[in-house]
Amino acid sequence: MDIQENKSTLNVVPRNSEKIKKIGKTALILALITGAEFIMAFTMPRGIILYVLFMVLTVWKAKYIMMEFMHLGDEVKPLIYSILIPIVFLFWLIIVLVKEGSDIFNMRWF
Amino acid sequence: MSAHSTAIGVSSKRGVWGGGNEPLKASYGKLMMWFFLLSDIFTFAAFLITYIAIRVSYPAYGGPATEFVGSNEYWPIPELVFDAIPFVHGVHAPLVFVGLMTFILIASSVTMVLAVEAGHRNDRNDVVKWMLWTLVGGITFLSCQAWEWNHFIHGSEGGAVLNYINGISQNVTETVFGANLLVNEYGPASFANLFFFITGFHGFHVTIGVILLFMVFYQAAVGVYDRRGHYEMVEKIGLYWHFVDLVWVFVFTLFYLI
Repeated sequence: MDIQENKSTLNVVPRNSEKIKKIGKTALILALITGAEFIMAFTMPRGIILYVLFMVLTVWKAKYIMMEFMHLGDEVKPLIYSILIPIVFLFWLIIVLVKEGSDIFNMRWF
Repeated sequence: MSAHSTAIGVSSKRGVWGGGNEPLKASYGKLMMWFFLLSDIFTFAAFLITYIAIRVSYPAYGGPATEFVGSNEYWPIPELVFDAIPFVHGVHAPLVFVGLMTFILIASSVTMVLAVEAGHRNDRNDVVKWMLWTLVGGITFLSCQAWEWNHFIHGSEGGAVLNYINGISQNVTETVFGANLLVNEYGPASFANLFFFITGFHGFHVTIGVILLFMVFYQAAVGVYDRRGHYEMVEKIGLYWHFVDLVWVFVFTLFYLI
């Protein structure tokens, strides 16, 4: 077999430093948010305020991963909405199960 | 690739479906990967929301962190459960190891997105290089998780004195070391069960991801994608890998921070 056969016939485009810079920026944001969460876990008193802050930061990170790393932001609008709108159903599940959990708490301990 | 392909559904133009157009301007494989990931979002969301529900049904530990002892009466403080690091014995290093794991997974996500970017440019050398780094990150993460599980199962030196109902329905009070599905020294039985189930299911996803990454790495290296004419497979596996990272972000917050 000819060794040349394995050579690419495709046009190799040179690196685009702007795109790579954008990836690096997103990675830095993710690392900084994780670092901030880490610091908050030790410096802030435990309680509902801290937990809400953690959830907000987590969803913020999730947004960067989905929109930048998974390139969902670059897709057409109908595709973005067909992924994001079904997730809305989860908010109902959160409300229902947190209510259920706290009711179990009240029955079990009071 | 020949423009006069005779096979149905095969087009020289990347992304065009069998019907001759491109719904939602995405290729078939990419769209189906997105819909699979959406279903997986629901699966993981159900698990994590169940975790929240069971967690709020138990009281939180109220006392000062320095006097914390494990009990099945209240939910433990995560930083006092996950406070060990490998190779260093008896050092209290809360969340350091799991923080490291999180950074490893985020780093492997970054190298993955660089591989996808190289795939867009048809640059085989860069794809192979970044896929290899992603593979290293994935395997490192899995190894860390294996250690984490091992430590969690074997537990601390002192253990915790618990009153619980054992496997043969006897009410016993004894010192418990580590964790199993019946009892654990850290908190209620549900705490360890949910930990095993959710991080285990995530670890299973990572394992599948590592196998897929290796497949793409190998195929890229031997030139399969060059002959195919595009590097879309890197993009599709990239979506899956980022999703695994996405799930870990939530697992990290719920299990280790809250």
